[in-house]
Amino acid sequence: MTNVNATINALPALQAGTPTGGADVLLKAQDLVKHFPLRRSLGQVLKGQRPVVRAVDGVSFQVGRGEILGLVGESGCGKTTTGRLLLRLEEPTAGRIIFDGQDITRLAPAEMRQLRRRMQMVFQDPYDSMNPNMDVFHIVAEPMVIQGLAKSREEAEERVAQALADVELVPVEEFMFRYPRELSGGQRQRVAIARALVLRPDLLVADEPVSMLDVSIRGGVLQILMRLVQERGLALVFITHDLALARHFCDRIAVMYLGRVVEHAAADALVRRPSHPYTQALMRAVLSTDPRRKPNDTGLPGELPNPVNPPAGCRLHPRCPLASELCRCQTPPLVERAPGHWVACHHVERALQEHFLAASAGPAVKEVIIG
Amino acid sequence: MAELEVRNLTMHYRTRKGPVRAVDGVSFTLAPGKALGIVGESGCGKSSLGLTLLRLLPPSGHVVGGSVRLGGVDLLAMDEETFRKEVRWKRIAMVFQGAMNALNPVLTVGQQITEAILAHERVSRDVAVQRVKDLLALVGINPDRWGQYPHQFSGGMKQRAIIAMALACNPEVVIADEPTTALDVMMQSQVLNAIADLRRQLGLSLILVSHDLSVVAQTCDEVAVMYAGKIVEYGPVEEIFLHPQHPYTLGLVQAFPDIHADRVTIVSIPGTPPHLLNPPGGCRFHPRCPLATDACRTWEPELVATGASSHRVACHLAAPSRAVAGGALTEVSWA
Repeated sequence: MTNVNATINALPALQAGTPTGGADVLLKAQDLVKHFPLRRSLGQVLKGQRPVVRAVDGVSFQVGRGEILGLVGESGCGKTTTGRLLLRLEEPTAGRIIFDGQDITRLAPAEMRQLRRRMQMVFQDPYDSMNPNMDVFHIVAEPMVIQGLAKSREEAEERVAQALADVELVPVEEFMFRYPRELSGGQRQRVAIARALVLRPDLLVADEPVSMLDVSIRGGVLQILMRLVQERGLALVFITHDLALARHFCDRIAVMYLGRVVEHAAADALVRRPSHPYTQALMRAVLSTDPRRKPNDTGLPGELPNPVNPPAGCRLHPRCPLASELCRCQTPPLVERAPGHWVACHHVERALQEHFLAASAGPAVKEVIIG
Repeated sequence: MAELEVRNLTMHYRTRKGPVRAVDGVSFTLAPGKALGIVGESGCGKSSLGLTLLRLLPPSGHVVGGSVRLGGVDLLAMDEETFRKEVRWKRIAMVFQGAMNALNPVLTVGQQITEAILAHERVSRDVAVQRVKDLLALVGINPDRWGQYPHQFSGGMKQRAIIAMALACNPEVVIADEPTTALDVMMQSQVLNAIADLRRQLGLSLILVSHDLSVVAQTCDEVAVMYAGKIVEYGPVEEIFLHPQHPYTLGLVQAFPDIHADRVTIVSIPGTPPHLLNPPGGCRFHPRCPLATDACRTWEPELVATGASSHRVACHLAAPSRAVAGGALTEVSWA
């Protein structure tokens, strides 16, 4: 143990920071924490214990105008909760949210409602997130009604028509008075995006917006989002479990594991040089559509730990092939290891070495098999 | 081990508005020990095809024509009693979509698989229990977890337990309908590894129904691409993914980019799949196809060999002049 402490003290002072993004920062999350209290047993009440689910535990990032940030991770990693915290649909336990230079962490509900004009969300399930008794016009117009923005029916119709045109539900008149049940999944998700867009927000948080859609049509929804980002400077936080999708759609990717960001980099850099053992395992688990590339099935041993009682130190250490004593006692900070490439791992160099060794061994083995 | 031969299989659902042509003239041959992937979007008939093979259609579904032969015996001509006693689960088994959520929460996983064996075979409980433990080991679950309840299993383990259950009566053919769809990637690779091991050890034939092209690319030997109840392209997995010839297959492949590829725009195929109550005339894909000609709107293309191995495609533009069509296909710009 003393050895370990000596090692810790000998380490250069690595500063944890907030990964920076594009030049024109719109949103900053700083050390966001969300703990959900659990029901306590009698024993816990008597001992004064307050068990919590550590859904999000110290997450920092920035999103710029005209930029897509992907939050990627497996179920239970806290990506959805993080997205909800950004819009304060959940109240953070700790940390700060800064939107357009203003700290909104403790903003009063009335002020927050004003601000939500500029920040909107698209949910995963286009079947569940829409009132089946409302037609498309009323669904899309509802945010304007809540915000008191629609002064007349004509104006409302005009803005709804514009929003529907933006998501390519044309001819607009044909869709305006349909009900959700008369729309396909892809069309519904476009309505959900139109509803978010009708207020002309600066920030959009999209939680798995295409995971319920067929492969052949999800590209259409993605292209609409991409166009809004490029043409209107929308800042988009794109939450997904699909690393392959994030690689092709997002500018930057933050990989989450058990409530923390373990790696954050430009999408290209992240897939070319995955530097955290968890990202590397995720990369290996993602299947290729090239049948010649055989799967490299060295996943991580064990299961996702319970977020009520996460492992001490680095949260990956019980499953990590590189784990050392240091990893068991000290949480690695998210550190910028290369320009714009942030990694939270004590053994980044070794992780990279092993990854490229494995990668270079891969094709050779394959050729032997095919040849 | 026997060969599964499906010829011209046609299955309709009766509705008040008329027949829904869910499976329309589907033919393929599954050699022993091989894996066939069936891909397509929701509503293309891929799940209905699986249910037809196992004769588990709802009352509205009925086979209109064609044959399904396992080792030469016509399974569709067999009476239900014989089929139930001799074929279903014993020779052909199925892993249903979402079945892992259908495990009974108040029975242990071991009990549920044991019941499945006892319901089909005259063996003692002890023999059945031992077989369950072997099966669990086979799918990579510690047999000591025999007495645990479903809530004590992770998603990937539940799905592997369901696969173990499908294997309970030593089938020759397993039909797996979206076996990894609800799972995280790490769990997905566990389940697919288990399936690959089983195929090696038991020599199983596999029909894998999935919308996920990467799962099929990594698991199957051959692929059938279904669109609107029909197979539009069929062939060895490398041919289908690396040299797709049907515009629909090409669109699917481009809509599903590889994580290792350079950044690309994810395309989509315009429009939506047709309703099978009233499919379009000619080629069923023509309303969505960027290459469609008058011929496509008028005549239905046959599934014909393209020259390369067993690769077959049903497209007026792909088959006759591969060189011309191939050039056109790579320049297709999807909306």
